[in-house]
Formats: sequence, structure tokens, C-alpha cells
Amino acid sequence: MDKLCLEHIGYTYSVGTPFEYTALDDVTAHIRDDRITGVIGHTGSGKSTMMMLLNGLVKPTKGKVYLDGYDINSTAKELYSDWLKRPEYQNMRKSTAKKAIKAEVQRRKRGLCFRVGLVMQYPEYQLFEETVYKDIAYGPKNMGLSEEEIRERVLYGARFSGLSDDLLEKSPFDLSGGQKRRVAIAGVIAMKPEVLVLDEPAAGLDPLGREQIFNEIRQYQRSTHSTVIIVSHSMEDMAEYCDDMIVLAHSKAIAEGTTAEVFAQISMLDEVGLDIPQITQLIRMLRKRGIDVPENVYTVDRAVELLRDHYQALKGSQT
Amino acid sequence: MKSIAFGQYYPANSPIHRMDPRAKVILTVLYIVCTFLCRNTLCFAALLLSAVFLTVLSRVPIGMILRSIRPLIVILTFTSLINVFMTKGERLLTPSWEIPLWGAHVWRIRIFAEGLWNALFMVVRIVALLIGTSVLLSYTTTPIALTDALERLFSPLKKIKVPVHDIAMMTTIALRFIPTLMDETQRIMNAQKARGADFTSGGLIKRAKALLPVLIPLLVSAFNRAYELASAMECRCYHGGEGRTRLKILHLRVSDVFAVLLLVAFGVGIFFLNRVGILYTMK
Ligand SMILES: Nc1ncnc2c1ncn2[C@@H]1O[C@H](COP(=O)(O)OP(=O)(O)O)[C@@H](O)[C@H]1O
Ligand SMILES: [Mg+2]
Repeated sequence: MDKLCLEHIGYTYSVGTPFEYTALDDVTAHIRDDRITGVIGHTGSGKSTMMMLLNGLVKPTKGKVYLDGYDINSTAKELYSDWLKRPEYQNMRKSTAKKAIKAEVQRRKRGLCFRVGLVMQYPEYQLFEETVYKDIAYGPKNMGLSEEEIRERVLYGARFSGLSDDLLEKSPFDLSGGQKRRVAIAGVIAMKPEVLVLDEPAAGLDPLGREQIFNEIRQYQRSTHSTVIIVSHSMEDMAEYCDDMIVLAHSKAIAEGTTAEVFAQISMLDEVGLDIPQITQLIRMLRKRGIDVPENVYTVDRAVELLRDHYQALKGSQT
Repeated sequence: MKSIAFGQYYPANSPIHRMDPRAKVILTVLYIVCTFLCRNTLCFAALLLSAVFLTVLSRVPIGMILRSIRPLIVILTFTSLINVFMTKGERLLTPSWEIPLWGAHVWRIRIFAEGLWNALFMVVRIVALLIGTSVLLSYTTTPIALTDALERLFSPLKKIKVPVHDIAMMTTIALRFIPTLMDETQRIMNAQKARGADFTSGGLIKRAKALLPVLIPLLVSAFNRAYELASAMECRCYHGGEGRTRLKILHLRVSDVFAVLLLVAFGVGIFFLNRVGILYTMK
């Protein structure tokens, strides 16, 4: 089922000034429940802007964003005529019902950032508390939870983002870059969002750090069955970790579907200036040399498997 | 491109944009002098025309300039009213209306033609002053070019041990980082909002407290940036202005000199026009 749905989204920065810039232009995309969706595109293609639309940080200039079928930017006024017919409001006085609808819309707006948890690009710069524990607790505290629940949430967040317990009482400013990034991710996971959005979670990390972070994210998704969105400009990571993909190029969404479907259109990916995974390029070259392997291979594991089969077959035919 | 988009700078390619910033500073000072030289109807008409001419020349949209005048409307109205009611002259326009105040006191409203003229002149003067300075400087010169120009113009002060270069360098760096810090503030605010921060509700103290999660990371990153910049400058052997050469050397061109001479001529013209008493001359 579609968890999030973007319909004909347009977003323009600095409207009415000489610096007007259309970051998103008629983007329609669907994000399915219980899957990891990768949003990929070259730098400046509008990925971060799109992510900020999902939790209501910015409002689209055009189009609608639906979360579980509810337009997240709808106002009480737009909803009156529809909602007044609902059973829960029908037997109220009209003015009371209107007030109740207004309160409900307000409540949903306020709760949106807890339902769609966004880890922004380079989130390590948002840390501010004296200890890692307190920093992770900032989100849950804003949710108005009890001290007990906050504690449980902090440990939950720390566990999923791979922070060891002895770090919790340290100052976040004394940590390494990778650890800071984890603290920021933990701070969002601690809110137990239905949708977890990570904007370039591995940017600027070393290969080992990248792999660890992506593995943790995958583990988180597989055990919570929540919806996860990862933004990246690296096809290699996307191929490895995502179930679905959305491709952005020059402010437009040019492809969406399962990872396999999107990678099947590899020539198109070439054109929008994204690097094709090295393993895919290798397999293509082998095919050019006349080695009979399928074309669209995009993870090393799959390639190893195929080449081994090919080798076995070759050996079999020789003997 | 975004990094210079603060203040009022409007990017365009006009003769005024291309001018040497030093020439523009001098032109602005001269223009201000001209607005104060004006005394009679002819001069103010010429002044208004010159403001329109500069605006067209700068290719800054008229709408933007009118918008910058809008906040001044209160002041303009106030000045006009004072001039209309307080100027005493010879040509009385109204019969002596008398408004009783208290006891035997009355307020005599008398509006003179001179008052109306003065009000009009003041409005033209203030508007021309604003248009002239914004079109010659703020809309067409980046803040950094402006500090550069001021450093050069004030460099003679180095002789009396005024640290002109250091002041200019500090101003340039400060100006350069304003947009960066504004971006950063926006980013951090968004990040905290994503964790449920609420900057708009509650009393003064609650709101001030809500800003802490923004101010602390902002300060930390500002200090880090400052240290990094200082190291970067030291690595490039920066040691003050002594013997430093420039990447962008300012060249005073013939057209710049010509523009300054033209404005001087305009000032002289106004000086003589003041003697031609048509319609009304201010005292
Ligand atoms: N605050 C802003 N004001 C003006 N333009 C912006 C702003 N933020 C981003 N942009 C522009 O919008 C475009 C898309 O930005 P972004 O969504 O951050 O891209 P991505 O995350 O894919 O690199 C970029 O060209 C950027 O310059
Ligand atoms: Mg981005």
C-alpha cells in the first residue's frame, strides 16, 4: 500500500525575487509501506527539498502530499464540508463540530514530524545538549512523554543506531563525525516514526562507516516494518540496500518502481549523470567480450553467483 | 550566487553595475550634496528627472524601488504635514480658520502657498535621496565591493595609524558570513523542528528557551568556521595588509571619471538654476 503519495508537486524557492529557483517541478511519486525506498539524483536535483515536504517543514507551491491518504497540508476550512458528514461529527452542533475539526487538524499538523521522522543532511550539526542521552531525548520530550518512556525511547534509538551505552553520558561535541551522525539518527528513531527519512545518511563517511550505517538502517526496517526512505546519489548503495527507487533529475521525477525495474532502464540513468555501479559496468564489459551473462546485474553478490554458474557451465562443457 | 543575495543587491549587467565601486561611492556623496543644493522648482524638477534617469540606467525594476520607498511613507506624510501647517509665508490660501482649544486659546489654521511648495520639495528631496543612494550603491554594488572601495578611499588614513586594511578585512569577512550563517540558522531550525521543536507558541521565556537548541549549534559552528578560516588564512601566510596584492584590481576607467565630472556639472548647474526664480524658491 502507498504510505506516502506526492501528487504533481512543485516547489519554488524565493518566489518573486531575482533568485527564484524551481527545485521541484510536477513531481509525482509513491512510497510504499514496509519497504526501503531510495531517492536518487545528482546534486541539486531537489532530493533534500522533496524530503522536507514529507514532514511539512516546507509547503509545496503546487500539488499535494498524502500520508495514509490524508493531505498533510490541508486546512480545517478545506475539510469542513467533507468531515461534517462523518459520523463522529454528525451529531454535534455545527459550531462545536467545526471547533473539533480545527483542533484535530491542528493536532495532526503538530504530530506530523513525529510520524514522519526526518534526519536532515549532515545532521551532526544539530546536536546541542550536554550529553548524548539528553540530545536523543529531545524529540521524545517534545512529544510530551513521561520520563520513563523517554528513557526507554532513548535506549531504543541508541540500540538501533549502534551507539554503545558508555557513550550516552558523553558530550556529543567530543564524539567523532560518524558517532555524531549516529546520535542524530538515534534522536529521530527515538520518536518511533512510522516513516523514517534519512537524507544522505552516509555522506562524508568512510566506506566501513557507510556500510555499517546502511546495515543498521536495514536492520531497523526489517525489525520494525516501518517505511524507510533513504536519499543518496550513490547507485552502489541504493542497489544494495533499497527495495524501491525514485529517480530525480533536474527537478523532475523521471523513474520509479522496484530497484530491479529502475535498474533495468540503466541507459536512462546514464543520461541523467548518475554513476552506474562498477559491478554493472564490469558485467557489461564482459558481455561485450562475448561472455554470456545477464545484462542488469547491480550487486556484487549477484555477480559472483552468476559468474560462478557461468564458470561451472564452462567447465562442464569442456569435460 | 545565493551567497550575495542578501541586503538589497540586485544582480544585473548595467552601466552602473559595471562602474568602479570607488566612483560609485564618490557619486553617491556628490548626489547627496546635489539634493541639498536644490532650492527652486526648476532644480527639484531636474533632481526628479535625474533620479528617474539613474533608475532606468541601473536596470533595477521600478517595482523594487517603489517597494523600498513604502516604509518611508509615514515619515513623508509627517514631514509634509508639518511643512504645510507650520510654514509662515506671504500668500495665504485659507481664510483664518480658528479652532477653539481651551479657555480663550484658539488654534489658528493658516495654510500658505509657501507651505505647500515646501512640503512638495521635501518629499521630492527625500525620495530622490533614497533612490539615488539605493540605485548608485545598495542595489548595484555587492557589500564586498563596497568595503573594498571604502578601504581604498580611506587608505590615506593609514598615515595617521588608522588600521584601514584590518577594519575592511574584518567587515568583508563579517559580510561574507552573514548569508552563510543565515542559511545555517535556517537549516538548524528545520532540523530541530523535525524533532518537534516549537518556536512560535508559548510565552516569552518559553520561546527564548526554545531557541537554545538553535543558538548552541549555531555558535559552535560559527566558532569552528572562524578557527578554520583563521588557519586557512595563516596557511596562506596572511599577515595583514602590508604588501598584499589583490585578485580583483579596481580600475578607474575613463567612463567612471566622466560620470563623476558629469555629476559635478549637474551640481554646478543646480547652483546656477537656483538663481532663476520660477514659481517658488525655498528660503
Ligand atoms: N533555501 C534555498 N533558497 C534558494 N534555493 C535553494 C535553497 N535550498 C536549495 N536551493 C536550490 O534548490 C536546488 C535543489 O536543492 P536540494 O533539494 O538541496 O538538492 P539535493 O538535495 O538533490 O542536492 C538546488 O539547486 C539549490 O541551489
Ligand atoms: Mg541534499
